[in-house]
Amino acid sequence: MRTRIIVVFAVFSLCALFSVGDQGPHFTAIKGGTIVPVAGEDIEGGTILIKNNLIEAVGKDIEIPQEAEIISAKGLFIYPGMIDGYSQLGLQEISVLRATVDNRETGDINPQLQCVEALRPDSMHIPIARANGITAALVAPSGGMISGQSGLIRLTGWTPQEMVVKSPIAMHIDLPTLPRPSAYRRETRPREEASKKIKELKNLFNKARFYQKRRQMASEKLLLPMPEFDEHLEFLLPVVNGELPVMISVHGEKDILDAIKFVEEEKLKAIFFGVSEGWKVAEEIGKSGIPVVFYSLYAMPSKWEDGYDALYRNPSVLSQAGVKIAFSSSSASTAKDLPYHAAKAAAFGLDKREALKAVTIYPAEIFGVDNLMGSLEKGKLANIVVADGDILEFRTHIKHVFIEGKEMDLFTRYEELLEKYKK
Amino acid sequence: MIVFCLAFLSGLSFGQDLLIKNGTILTVTKGTLLKGDILILGGIIKEIAESIEPPQGVKVIDASGLYVMPGIIDSHTHIALAGTNEMGETISSEVKMRDVLHAEDLSIYTALSGGVTMIHTMHGSANPIGGENIVLKMKWGKPAEEMIVDEAYRTLKFALGENPKQANFFTMGTPRYPQSRMGVNAIIRREFLKARDYMEKWDRYHQAKKSKKGAENLIPPRKDLKMEALADMLRGDMLARCHTYRADETLEFIELSKEFGFKIAAFEHASEAFKIADKLAEENIGISIFLDNWAYKIEASEGIAYNAAYCTKKGVLVSINSDSGERIRRLFNDAAKAMKYGDLSEEEALKLVTINPAIQLGVEKIVGSLEKGKHGDIAIFQEHPLSAYTRCEMTIIEGEVYFDRAQYLKEREEKEKKKKEKEKEKKKEGGAK
Repeated sequence: MRTRIIVVFAVFSLCALFSVGDQGPHFTAIKGGTIVPVAGEDIEGGTILIKNNLIEAVGKDIEIPQEAEIISAKGLFIYPGMIDGYSQLGLQEISVLRATVDNRETGDINPQLQCVEALRPDSMHIPIARANGITAALVAPSGGMISGQSGLIRLTGWTPQEMVVKSPIAMHIDLPTLPRPSAYRRETRPREEASKKIKELKNLFNKARFYQKRRQMASEKLLLPMPEFDEHLEFLLPVVNGELPVMISVHGEKDILDAIKFVEEEKLKAIFFGVSEGWKVAEEIGKSGIPVVFYSLYAMPSKWEDGYDALYRNPSVLSQAGVKIAFSSSSASTAKDLPYHAAKAAAFGLDKREALKAVTIYPAEIFGVDNLMGSLEKGKLANIVVADGDILEFRTHIKHVFIEGKEMDLFTRYEELLEKYKK
Repeated sequence: MIVFCLAFLSGLSFGQDLLIKNGTILTVTKGTLLKGDILILGGIIKEIAESIEPPQGVKVIDASGLYVMPGIIDSHTHIALAGTNEMGETISSEVKMRDVLHAEDLSIYTALSGGVTMIHTMHGSANPIGGENIVLKMKWGKPAEEMIVDEAYRTLKFALGENPKQANFFTMGTPRYPQSRMGVNAIIRREFLKARDYMEKWDRYHQAKKSKKGAENLIPPRKDLKMEALADMLRGDMLARCHTYRADETLEFIELSKEFGFKIAAFEHASEAFKIADKLAEENIGISIFLDNWAYKIEASEGIAYNAAYCTKKGVLVSINSDSGERIRRLFNDAAKAMKYGDLSEEEALKLVTINPAIQLGVEKIVGSLEKGKHGDIAIFQEHPLSAYTRCEMTIIEGEVYFDRAQYLKEREEKEKKKKEKEKEKKKEGGAK
């Protein structure tokens, strides 16, 4: 039954993308810019050679095939495409309209859901994020206790199948969030305990293990009855077997500690999401080796006493404790803002280089796709952004975006509307 | 005793004295001084120059390597209030936000931490005609009365579109009128027609009062506070701030204002202003908008990030607002985005959150830029305020420091130290047992 988890590594039909046919490989050379490869030192006046969908070479003295298409990057900066650690791209168009919202189901336990199956490739938010240098994103579910499975998409393609890089990436578990103080109360209200939810989860996971055992024994002995089919347990098997990571949304100090214990006891592969109060238990998270994807930094701390900048300095504290971190937009309509969350954390102590890594190579590593993307290195997918400045800066203009060697159209719904009414 | 008297006296006088030295001064209206000083006396900017000797007894702030800009002004928010919408009635023009000020709202401190010194805090958009808004300075720790800016325009909130027609939620029982954009416009027109009659009744009463015969037996018309507010609008004593998203409804409201002769101070949100930028410029009506917060409902689904820059270049007075107790602390970030989407210059971008909102609120003579004679309302940043890597270091109102990051860090450190000591003691005690 494990075959039910289908990992799709779709470095898909290149012919369709490039119409290479029998003409031989297609080369593109981006020449003369400052290359920020993320892996390794910056290269001034460097060249990147793209062969079909892959990076063929990165460096200073690179032989460019005669037939190569040349793109001058003089005075420009060349970065790897950014990766959004958690988004609703393609799952949510207009948040108040239920008809356009597909990132949450009813009910508390939904491990059977797969986000990428609800993907709307035509979402207007995707090209806008792409035009700001974001080339891949985790599309993730929310709501309930087990909200479903996320997938990683490339921000191009006309069908869900064309867009999926890898799915599933993780099973999503939502532990209770922290209530925010209102205008009139500095202290927060009591809430549901995460530990109670964890008990429920442990129970469920044990059931899944038992279910698996019964299935296995039945397959070995004809006379043993097969267990009743159980959709929930069925889809939890890859999780309890430690094959599919859980991405646990957890915020409170004590909840984080409980969640670490839970992950260790159940021997799960885990990623934490949110982690607002992570800075209070940074050492413990560091020791656990569990990576962290932050929720949007466009939020307020849950406790006044934590200080106004608690969420802003959180990434820096965790980074210094050795935690692998990544940023997220946590959004569809403002997914383009991903780089600014990283910059905001840098304003409050995070090393600028680490901030850049936390939107490129770190999310790639966390999602297990660092062999494909996240840095400018030979053999990786040619996800490349050419900009006139630092890509984490507001005023920077993105000049070219390549996804898997193909130059993207940077024209978006923004420009479409603007042009329409200019007349 | 003497000390006490002095403190009392200084409390009475307006603002404080302060000298800010060696900062990069972004005046917004008079260019940039790469390295200069600002002298504030009695809360008012007395001098901006390359080097000013500190007068005796004046506190000096060293701003070397820092950026000094005018305090940020949020032209549309709902913080520092104990209530936003009067939901009980469709027309609530008698409601005043002045009556529900909430000086202890934590959002005031949040605003300060993002360099915001002044806000226009408003009635919500539940009703076609809401209540009277108010302009406040973010004097955290002071009583609400001391925050009020009396120089500002009196403004009344209007709202069009999805919110007043209750499009995005289910109403229990019979839905209230209006449920459509026709209804919203009709109800506003009805109220202004009523207000005209109301004014006429009072005019007739006052005229009759003057006549010699029977004046003593006259009964005055019944006082109606809803109508009083609208009468103030028709007299030009109060201006409209109108919540609108779609271009068409925005134009319809301009028509209404002409029909009755009231003035519009600015349109709120105005997602589709770029579609009618020429008209807005021609009518000289400003807009107070989100930079790029959009697509949260249908009427906001064409609110493109170019709106601010495009309308600015068309000659429309644009301000960027927060409408939120969170976004309020990163308005300088939003302003910076107008350099990406529409290529505004640094100065034009800064204007979106300083002098432009000041003009919209009618307070441009006292705030909104760093100029001699204006209030010493200042935000100090550690990198250029339009950089994504910047951070507000200090926020000053009338020469008084209300937010100081260095001080905040010091206090935090002390608190943590004390906490650790306590824990140590506890451990010791535990060990003794």
